[in-house]
Amino acid sequence: MSDPDGRDAPAPDPVLSARGLVKRFGRVTAIDGADFDLLPGEVLAVVGDNGAGKSSLIKALSGALTPDAGEVRVAGRPVRFHGPLDARRHGIETVYQDLALAPAQDVASNLFLGRERRRPGLLGRVFRLLDTRGMRAEAERVLDELGIGVRSTSQPVETLSGGQRQGVAVARAAAFGTRVVIMDEPTAALGVAESARVLDLIDRLRARGLPVVLISHNMPHVFDIADRVHVHRLGRRVAVVSPAERTMNEVVGLITGALRVGADGALEEVRDAVRTGVTRTGGGTAE
Amino acid sequence: MGRRGPLGRSGRGVAVLLAGALAVVGAACTSQRTATPGVGGKADGRTRIGLVTKTDSNPFFVALREAAKARAAADGAELVALAGKFDGDNDGQVAALENLVQQGVDAILVTPNNSSGILGAIRHARDRGILVVALDTETSPRDAVDATFATDNVEAGRSQGRYVRAALAERDPRLLMLDGTPGGTVDEQRHRGFLDGFGLGENDPRVLGRQPTNGDQSRAQQAMENLLQRANGVNAVYTLNEPAARGAHSALQARGVAGQVVVGSVDGGCQGVRDVREGRYAVTVMQFPRRMAEEGVRAAVEFTRTGTRPSGFVDTGSAVVTDRPVPGVDSRDTAWALANCWG
Amino acid sequence: MTTTALRRTGVGEFVLRTPAVGPTIALVVAVALFSLTTDTFLDVDNLSLVVQQSLVVGTLALGQTLVILTGGIDLANAAACVLGTLLMARLVADGVAAPLALLAGIAVVVAVGATTGGVVTALGLPPFIVTLGVLAIVTAASRIYAGGQSFPVTDGLLGLLGTRQYLFGQIELTIGMGVALGMYLLLWYSLTRTAWGRHVYAVGNDSEAARLSGIHVRRTLLSVYVVAGLVYGVAAWQALGRVPNADPNAFQTGNLDSVTAVVLGGTSLFGGRGSVLGTLVGALIVAVLRSGLTQAGIDNLYQDVATGVLVIAAVAVDRFARRRQR
Ligand SMILES: Nc1ncnc2c1ncn2[C@@H]1O[C@H](COP(=O)(O)OP(=O)(O)OP(=O)(O)O)[C@@H](O)[C@H]1O
Ligand SMILES: [Mg+2]
Repeated sequence: MSDPDGRDAPAPDPVLSARGLVKRFGRVTAIDGADFDLLPGEVLAVVGDNGAGKSSLIKALSGALTPDAGEVRVAGRPVRFHGPLDARRHGIETVYQDLALAPAQDVASNLFLGRERRRPGLLGRVFRLLDTRGMRAEAERVLDELGIGVRSTSQPVETLSGGQRQGVAVARAAAFGTRVVIMDEPTAALGVAESARVLDLIDRLRARGLPVVLISHNMPHVFDIADRVHVHRLGRRVAVVSPAERTMNEVVGLITGALRVGADGALEEVRDAVRTGVTRTGGGTAE
Repeated sequence: MGRRGPLGRSGRGVAVLLAGALAVVGAACTSQRTATPGVGGKADGRTRIGLVTKTDSNPFFVALREAAKARAAADGAELVALAGKFDGDNDGQVAALENLVQQGVDAILVTPNNSSGILGAIRHARDRGILVVALDTETSPRDAVDATFATDNVEAGRSQGRYVRAALAERDPRLLMLDGTPGGTVDEQRHRGFLDGFGLGENDPRVLGRQPTNGDQSRAQQAMENLLQRANGVNAVYTLNEPAARGAHSALQARGVAGQVVVGSVDGGCQGVRDVREGRYAVTVMQFPRRMAEEGVRAAVEFTRTGTRPSGFVDTGSAVVTDRPVPGVDSRDTAWALANCWG
Repeated sequence: MTTTALRRTGVGEFVLRTPAVGPTIALVVAVALFSLTTDTFLDVDNLSLVVQQSLVVGTLALGQTLVILTGGIDLANAAACVLGTLLMARLVADGVAAPLALLAGIAVVVAVGATTGGVVTALGLPPFIVTLGVLAIVTAASRIYAGGQSFPVTDGLLGLLGTRQYLFGQIELTIGMGVALGMYLLLWYSLTRTAWGRHVYAVGNDSEAARLSGIHVRRTLLSVYVVAGLVYGVAAWQALGRVPNADPNAFQTGNLDSVTAVVLGGTSLFGGRGSVLGTLVGALIVAVLRSGLTQAGIDNLYQDVATGVLVIAAVAVDRFARRRQR
């Protein structure tokens, strides 16, 4: 299968990949034969219009939904996820678009939700006693390290600002991800400074060798941090481009369908496409 | 401030609302108390009576309660009326008895829900020297209470049975029976009395069917509809109470056979008496809840004045009410009954 | 800062974070009011009595709290409990050994809970609807099984929880009080100090978020209904200790009475927030109100008015507190 962007260099084996994923919700086809590849150590941005199926795609990759057809591979091996826990066992951590936090529980509980730590020894084994203090300390450490400012880890999440909540969700994924971290619009609710911190965090994860999937509508962010950009449109991948080689306008053109990748790998204009305000690209070529 | 503030606030809120609720209820109740104003104390020598009925909603118990209050007020006694929440609420009645004992009443009048379910609480009250009188329903054993003031329900059933049988005249009886709540004492007594007065055995083939109705009109109607579906030529119907008789009448009328069937009932509520006058059913046997209440209050006052405890079963009587008297059965007409009915 | 101060001082934090504080204040106020306005309320015997009066509903409410914490409601809890009492009493009357009868009764109530949980999780139906159905079925089963009778209980084991003991020869205690307290403490511990408890809260808070966080939502829900069933089974035993008579018509309003206690205890009907200790206090508030208003010479119907006002107030406060947090 040829890469849509027409790269010739032998790419390293993807950490996480998918072929021909399909997911239908009644009459809506949310994923329509989508492919996906995440390479080791890279930051892959996934961009696309509202409703293009980005969230659905990453939910299929993180076990949150079961695709009707298609295949997911982790490090080249086919897997079937029956729930988010399965993906988690493979070291895939996800920040969902709606965060998936328990609002009435405190920050530390949320960080450790679903993987609580018990006290060592008899207390933990027989009485199942949680190591509340240990988890709080650890949560504080993780949050401090990521520079996510919450006043207390014993504060209920619902009392946090939207940005702080997003910070907690990001921290949870960053703290536990061992193979892949997926973030669905992690900066959507964040101010400029907080967004910058999340970008910093992504940088640091990459530095640790951890690949990151970042879904975002914010082109400057994408162009700032991504190694490659996966463009999603109408339920499938239409292009993978390098931000170093393409302009924002070109990517926006691909998102809206004003541009497409031709048979030769070059971008070509689509007649009668929706107006995007994109300046003409002058029929730019792929390379 | 702590971020858990809202919970602290909610606490204060609940406390304030609670205090408010108590104040409102307290205010509403000072006028409700049968006593003359002023905090009741044991020193004033007035009789304190607790009344525990089966429920608050049944017109029979409402009549009983109102009569007890009126009589207590006239006698200068203080009366607190409590009740179970539904027929069969033993737990609620037990708690009511306990609370009355704690309050230090002199006498308790109780219509026990389940004849044996509340005996422990009654014994506890009597151990403290409190007079306990059962109204309307007997306890089993009878001597668990000092005295019982009630309708002789076997006799009431027997009167109904005698009348219905006589009204059939020459016709061969084909009977359906609408019972109350399975296991109820009153229910069983009326049922037994009816068959006795009617002259049939429990398993006589001429008893074509029987159904519990819980004394509820719509259930009775449904039960009757179902029974009529499988029984032909029905000409006599026993009902445990008047709502059941109304239900039976609706079902019979829908079938177009109301005119050929003699329906009998027990109770003597005003609605029941009107039903008899309008011919919905032939007869009802009137009970006298007011008499029960008045006798009960009288006995309680007597007890605090002289220490005399009433004893045994005191029949407060029953009267056959019909506008079509039959030979051999003493009866009163509906005009008299309307002047004496309850509820 | 205040925050750090809170984080450091364990006691202060405990008080502030315990959701039962509001209801406890209400309880204390009620007790104080009745102690001042009547001369019979504040009395060791009476306080013991109030606790005894709240035992059955209080135990039903404990199971109800679990279900409500997951965002559900159990309309069939009292009906299942009644079925349990009938089984225990009738089996003994039929000559079965009392310990066996007791276990059989509890087992059947657990089975009802497990079935309810199974239907709720497997079919994904709302608990309100499922338990409405179970209520009808179990009530009918009780009536059929009782065959129109009620069963007096004379057996010592079945009545054990009502057995009175005297502490210091003064304070009247029943074994049932100890059993109820033990169950409350055990579930309080499980809900606040174990992972299971956190999962129960998380599922009630937002079950989709819990699922995405890797919690086995169905397994958690099922476990809640089974544990609740076990609690209702013990409630059946409590009921026989209190009224030694198994009656198919008993506890017809037990389901809503238990919801009342839960709500008064500050647990949210929307799920995910509340505590069993609050429910304990809520059950006591109802009994204190009944007892105190009776001591004050106030009639039944007005007592119901007071309870009704309190319930609405409690829910209003819950709503209000939640809105403020937004
Ligand atoms: N659970 C669901 N049930 C029905 N339809 C769904 C469901 N989830 C997603 N869809 C539909 O699938 C399509 C893709 O949705 P998805 O959330 O994946 O888009 P998206 O690219 O993440 O959009 P956005 O940028 O707005 O987050 C939409 O049309 C949406 O309505
Ligand atoms: Mg999305």
